[in-house]
Amino acid sequence: MNILIRIKRFDPERDSKPYWDEFRVEADPIDRLLDTLNTIKWTMDGTLTFRRSCAHGVCGSDAMRINGRNRLACKVLMRDVGNKVTIEPMLGYAVIKDLVVDMDRFFEKYRSVKPFLITYDNEPGTERLQSQAQREVYDEGTKCILCGACTGSCPSIWGNPDWVGPASIVNAHRFIFDSRDQGAAERLQLLSRKDGVWRCRTIFNCADACPRGIPVTDLIEQVKRAIVYGGPEEA
Amino acid sequence: MYHKFDVVIVGSGGAGLMAAMQLPNASVAVLTKVYPTRSHTGAAQGGVAAALGNREEDHWKWHMYDTVKGGDYLVDQPAAEILTRDAIDAVYELEHRGLPFNRTEDGLIDQRFFGGHTRNYGEGPVRRSCYAADRTGHMILQTMYQSSIKNEVRYFNEFLVLDLLINEGQACGVVALEIKTGEIHTFHGKAILFATGGYGRAWRVTSNAFACMGDGMSIAYRRGIPLQDMEMYQFHPTGIYKVGVLLSEAARGEGGKLLNGKGEYFMERYMPTLKDLAPRDIVSRCIVQEIKDGNGIDGKDYVYLDVRHLGAEKIAEKLPDITDFARNYLGVEPITEPVPIQPTAHYAMGGIPTDIDARVVLDSQWTPMPGFYAAGEVACVSVHGANRLGTNSLVDLIVFGRRAGKHMAKFIEETSHVPLPANHEEFSREYVDRLYSSTGGESAAHIRSELQNEMIDNVFVERTDEGLRHALDKIADLQEAYKKVQLQDKGKRFNTEMMEAIELGFLLDCSEATIHGALARTESRGAHFRLDYQKRDDVNWLKHTLAYRGTKAHDVRLDYKDVILIDDPIFKPKERKY
Repeated sequence: MNILIRIKRFDPERDSKPYWDEFRVEADPIDRLLDTLNTIKWTMDGTLTFRRSCAHGVCGSDAMRINGRNRLACKVLMRDVGNKVTIEPMLGYAVIKDLVVDMDRFFEKYRSVKPFLITYDNEPGTERLQSQAQREVYDEGTKCILCGACTGSCPSIWGNPDWVGPASIVNAHRFIFDSRDQGAAERLQLLSRKDGVWRCRTIFNCADACPRGIPVTDLIEQVKRAIVYGGPEEA
Repeated sequence: MYHKFDVVIVGSGGAGLMAAMQLPNASVAVLTKVYPTRSHTGAAQGGVAAALGNREEDHWKWHMYDTVKGGDYLVDQPAAEILTRDAIDAVYELEHRGLPFNRTEDGLIDQRFFGGHTRNYGEGPVRRSCYAADRTGHMILQTMYQSSIKNEVRYFNEFLVLDLLINEGQACGVVALEIKTGEIHTFHGKAILFATGGYGRAWRVTSNAFACMGDGMSIAYRRGIPLQDMEMYQFHPTGIYKVGVLLSEAARGEGGKLLNGKGEYFMERYMPTLKDLAPRDIVSRCIVQEIKDGNGIDGKDYVYLDVRHLGAEKIAEKLPDITDFARNYLGVEPITEPVPIQPTAHYAMGGIPTDIDARVVLDSQWTPMPGFYAAGEVACVSVHGANRLGTNSLVDLIVFGRRAGKHMAKFIEETSHVPLPANHEEFSREYVDRLYSSTGGESAAHIRSELQNEMIDNVFVERTDEGLRHALDKIADLQEAYKKVQLQDKGKRFNTEMMEAIELGFLLDCSEATIHGALARTESRGAHFRLDYQKRDDVNWLKHTLAYRGTKAHDVRLDYKDVILIDDPIFKPKERKY
């Protein structure tokens, strides 16, 4: 199939403002969009810049806005995009060059919610016990690959760049609802602030954007309930 | 720019982060060319082996036996003992740090079958693989990164390391390119750890990420450090046809079977005891044999992985990611259809030679280079010998990453910074400047593609003298072409074309060492299978290859190092049957 690819380009070293570039490419219907971007970079224009690593949806490097929705370029097949594709950097992040955005703020916000196991007891000699049901409660959040697609799709972030954003809340949820963790109260206090969970307006863009199928909005709602009702047990 | 730390860790996968965890009282820099959570450890699916015995009786010595035999006896046996003994504590440490393992009905860490892992020295399969669905590597990477936030490790994200600095016979730093700005940085340290992973991208069909370019191996090799056992490269049996993305051995651990074009579950015929759970080198060779015998699907170069009989519920619960891959990349529904697969380049058993404390050693006499450490896939301890068992890569990362960290913690207490060598940035600056100013007209992407085709044609599951010589000549040509690589992107800012060109140089070095080792080794052992020498030859070849770089592709010098055996009849080399 022959496809027209429109890409929003911007190199601050060279360009005064972003512009649209177009490439016409032959592609196989089951090629990944990432394969097509590589074809452009390797055979047509070596300056085209994007991140990529694992190429099968587990590392989270190549999140970008594809036909208006945040997707991983390695999980989108050419047969699914039509004969004209528009690719832009994700919204809500500063652009470094072409499709590469600055992820430093995103990771700062992630770190701010204490995304690590907090315990005050002595460690046992072997494993801590956890039932299959207790494990199931926080399973969804453990799938997160920190690609930033949810956060970059959220209108609340576009309006309030200081907001902690959906990805951070998902990762807070993963620990708040882990039966082994003893830091739920600290995290819930952090997330009850002005830039915590309450800026979520339940728009569901995040859940649509998640390449791992995490029900992001549902998890945020569970954190809201935990704040209101005073802890994960009551939520 | 100049930076000074006690410890400089290059690479943010499982081994690098595990090492960083052991250094709470030191200043530690972790340099990574991606973001830490993008490291290729995250792609590991199946599990991490440890003889916890949560499902049935198990012992570390059984695990050690499987590791030694799986590696076709090219394993240094004291290292395998450490690997399998330490694995137990290391898995508990991961659990204590929060890793969300699947659980048994009693709330213990759940364990499942995996290729080559047996009870009572080969009697039958044993459930030894601790796992978190089919994203165990992802969970290790996330858990380690999360722990490192708690410990306030200093990260330098998107820094590409170009050179290792050595002075007075000691490693004392690295030079790196900051990708975002194009600036050159020097990191001065008392101890340097390379944890940069493998070089699967040397082959056209690979499970490896674009980041797996052999950076650390090549950088060390250029500085006169040998590469060990590079001919021992693992081709995983079940890569998605043409794409190479891995379908975890966990699929076979849960009961999946390989099916040929005649509708036959053919592994039963080759390996009556372990069948589809035989080690990877054997299963890959069986697939290649089936294809050669005309038993591929429709006579083509692939067979099927069949999980249909497991049922929708078990597939959804235990193998969610890999079913997703099959749906996404092949449009195949594994619940109702078998999945087309072929062997895919997967893992380097070889690498930078180290001792059991992850210290890099320079020769057959085990002479260490003070201050230089390597751990994980980049290193060769050697615990995997000629063929790594499934789940032992994650064990290697956590066990030897941890040992590296602990040894460095002691080492930096006893030593001070060695001064940097004169003109320490010169090599790196010239390398980068040459690429910026070259008008040679060659394309790095084209050279890389030629390399990847050559490696899959001649340095794959089956090898011959003629094919390997062809590959070596090809590498020599490609190295000449590489000197003329010209960039279109002349910018400083986030120049990924520059990055890819530098990485191509790494791949060429690793491929060169691989071919030399393979050409010289006139026997078949583990993953190294020679059509012209099909028997294992313990009299002449029970030894490790050390490849030292020369000035050209044909000039590599080879030396050999004894395999360390222990005095226990159970581990004595014998014929490998499953």
